[in-house]
Amino acid sequence: MIAEAGLAALWLAAALAFAQLLVGALAIGRNQASLAPAIVPIAIAQAMLAALAFACLIAVFARSDMTVLLVAANSHSAKPMLYKIAGTWGNHEGSMLLWVTILGLSGALIALFERKLRADTKVATLAAQAAIALGFYAFLLFSSNPFARIAGVVEGAGLNPLLQDPGLAFHPPTLYAGYVGMSAGFSFAVGALVTRNVGPDFARAMRPWILGAWVFLTIGITAGSYWAYYTLGWGGWWFWDPVENASLMPWLAATALLHSVTVLATRDGLRAWTIMLSVLAFSMSMVGTFLVRSGILTSVHSFAVDPERGLFILALLALYIGGALALFAARIGTVAEGNRFELVSREAALVMNNLILTVVLVVVLAGTLYPLILEAASGAKISVGAPYFNATAGPLALILMVLLAVGPLLRWRADRPRLVLDRIAPALFAAAAGLLLLAAFAGRIGVLPLLGLVAAALVAIASIAPLWKRNLTRTPLFTWGMVIAHFGCAVSIAGMACDAAFTKENMVSVAANETRGVGPFSVTLLGVRERAGPNYQILEAVLSARKPGAEPFAMTPQLHAFSDPPMTTNQAAIETFWNGQLYITLGENSEQDRFVLRMWWKPFVTLIWIGGALIALGGALSLLGRVRRDLWDSRWPWQSTKTVRA
Amino acid sequence: MTRKLILWLPFGLLMGLFAAFWLGLERPSDHIIASRMVGQPLPEFAAEAAIPSLPGLATADFRDGKPRLLNVFASWCVPCVQEIPMLLRLQQAGVEIDGIAVHDNSADLSRFLTENGNPYDRIGLDQDGKAQIALGSAGVPETFVIDGQGKVIYQHIGVVTEADMADLRKMLASRR
Amino acid sequence: MKRAALFIAALILAPLAASPIAAQDYAEVSLPDPEQESQALALMDSIRCVVCQGQPISGSNADLAGDMRRLVREHIAAGESPEQVRAFLVGKYGDWVSFKPVVRSETLPLWLVPLLALLGGGWLVANRIRVRKA
Repeated sequence: MIAEAGLAALWLAAALAFAQLLVGALAIGRNQASLAPAIVPIAIAQAMLAALAFACLIAVFARSDMTVLLVAANSHSAKPMLYKIAGTWGNHEGSMLLWVTILGLSGALIALFERKLRADTKVATLAAQAAIALGFYAFLLFSSNPFARIAGVVEGAGLNPLLQDPGLAFHPPTLYAGYVGMSAGFSFAVGALVTRNVGPDFARAMRPWILGAWVFLTIGITAGSYWAYYTLGWGGWWFWDPVENASLMPWLAATALLHSVTVLATRDGLRAWTIMLSVLAFSMSMVGTFLVRSGILTSVHSFAVDPERGLFILALLALYIGGALALFAARIGTVAEGNRFELVSREAALVMNNLILTVVLVVVLAGTLYPLILEAASGAKISVGAPYFNATAGPLALILMVLLAVGPLLRWRADRPRLVLDRIAPALFAAAAGLLLLAAFAGRIGVLPLLGLVAAALVAIASIAPLWKRNLTRTPLFTWGMVIAHFGCAVSIAGMACDAAFTKENMVSVAANETRGVGPFSVTLLGVRERAGPNYQILEAVLSARKPGAEPFAMTPQLHAFSDPPMTTNQAAIETFWNGQLYITLGENSEQDRFVLRMWWKPFVTLIWIGGALIALGGALSLLGRVRRDLWDSRWPWQSTKTVRA
Repeated sequence: MTRKLILWLPFGLLMGLFAAFWLGLERPSDHIIASRMVGQPLPEFAAEAAIPSLPGLATADFRDGKPRLLNVFASWCVPCVQEIPMLLRLQQAGVEIDGIAVHDNSADLSRFLTENGNPYDRIGLDQDGKAQIALGSAGVPETFVIDGQGKVIYQHIGVVTEADMADLRKMLASRR
Repeated sequence: MKRAALFIAALILAPLAASPIAAQDYAEVSLPDPEQESQALALMDSIRCVVCQGQPISGSNADLAGDMRRLVREHIAAGESPEQVRAFLVGKYGDWVSFKPVVRSETLPLWLVPLLALLGGGWLVANRIRVRKA
């Protein structure tokens, strides 16, 4: 019954999305303005029905209802409850339902809370949102029905053991919230084009929504990186895998958009470009979904793939992105050009930031898709991986870091180079000191990690410079947000560079009571034992690790042998110190009485994710600051603080 | 005019991208990694005897003027069982078949051959994958056709089925 | 205290005799020379596993990936350069096996993309910058 209720809710939600699109089209296209107010309750009801359908799916998974095909194919009654629930979106149909649910919810949030946008633009925005939703409802109902029944199944096939991890509970939902949240930017852009309303007011209205989605995207990518780091068991945190690239591309576009929207809001420049980026950010989200869902690219992450459905998503993609870009090309010519810029000015730095971010995006896109295109065109098979991306995106990221250091210290409109130099001097000293220290103590390290560490020192100091000589309690929250996010970039880059430059790795084969070293640690194998886990068998090595002169501590890397489906996963033992992580895995290919251990000492590797968290925190503070100021403005409009400092 | 072109450029680029996606969906990658050794002399390798009753094999064994099959297999490989009847039929037709058993051991192999029949004249044990990598083989089972001069002339990837027999016979006959 | 108990339990559960050091299997064990080992590791990170296809051989559990790791370490230990070993594997399995695309006519567009994007973008930006004559 629950499954049927869910399916009914999904159909109703689809019908309401259609109504929402229709009302919007009539209100805007046919000047039936009296219809316009109806769009708000429709959007809210649509979101509630989508959420209800999703809740129903969670319920059938939680109850292990094996008469539902999706549950039988992806779940198992002996799984812990957390993974039964998280397993709801660990498969194709469920993750697409989560997708439309978030799409519906973001539409409802716009309907409820968006006050600054011109009324007709808001209606057009909600209609665009409905148009996207409608396509994905059709996709679910016609080719990926999550509620389909099956008879005669007693036990489910189980969930991919790699996904049986707390990471599954929050990584996909946050990432999807980011992906789908970008739909708000897309719909705003379409709405603005349809109603010919591209300007600072539009930018100010759009900014919080972009910020929100961007924060989720940042958290999703950071968490996903850490999840892959500890669960895949080979010490890497980023593999330039197609699916990872698929999540990075929307983030790059969104980061560029975040900065260009500021230029549009503050200086009325970059009108066409901001619209373009809004379309691009969501396009990249959908392309990412397509790449993951269609299985068109070989990836460590491609679970639950189906080329048949790929065609459906591709058609939706072509329709929405093609439509939006055609609308852009046709309409943007009528939008007056925005202001031009001085070479030395805040907005020029932001334009350069946008340029570099976009080039990185193009590089990632090209590197990800080139093997596919080449094979389709000529049959030749090549692989593009870390060596290509590091050689191209690495130097671009360094340029970006320099811009990031200088940009916030520049004034809007125009600035004097001499004054800028004064402001950035302390950061330059920090970078020079960092360079000297590294040259003196670091030994031989690669050029890219070296420059990365120097750039991190530069940005770390430069990023807090905007707070100097300010009354910190009266500094607006969004300035704090910017400072923290930029500082987070320095932290993250420092972590990446340290990992690349200073990681020590040792792979050993040991018998009991033998000791091997890695970095400053010596590790002794005390014994190996087997025991039963909740739904798997555990093979566990008991190790004692110690630094010279310090207390020993226990580490227990494990192998988990699952039976439904049959698969062995690695559970790394990770010991975190203030200055790095000791990371040890137990190898599968062990002999009778000798066991293979892979040991890494990764100095300051945690900075990568701490930096990511700081970036997200900065975004969240910025969002809070914007929303608070907006509320203030709407309550006392005569005290409006229209001259916004970003 | 330039401005207009630039404005339509994103549309054109993305449509091109989608065309590529469409091509990729229509002609999905076969995920097959073919050996680059086809057309080249059989690389140097030597594999010790895998079971006591049959000799091992080395590159020199393939230069006796007779074309033969080189089958990369393993007793732990489930699909390998399916192609044994085909290989037996080829053996009855007078084709010499040599095997390379990857990551295997004598006991398992003997059981495998007793249960399924033995189409092999020689079986080399490839415990460390050296022979397999030398051949450019990416998995089991794979079947290579080696001509009488010791040159690799054909690679069949996956199980040999009824449908593949004609191709294998043709390749074997071509340089006789 | 709990940790100590854990250790004792472990020792009782799996009493293992320390055996003499066996011949090292370089599929799973580092080379003794750290310089060579870091070269081998860097190479293994950029060789694609032909079995699991998504992963480099350094992170794959497939037998053949282990064989390739052993081969890489042995070749490096014998004094070959990483690029020679890469060329050896490419000679067996084709360009696909290397994550580092070589520069040649087929891959030229790939390597030109960053440059073209930078130039094109730079030209667009230059059009928007107003140079003030001081």
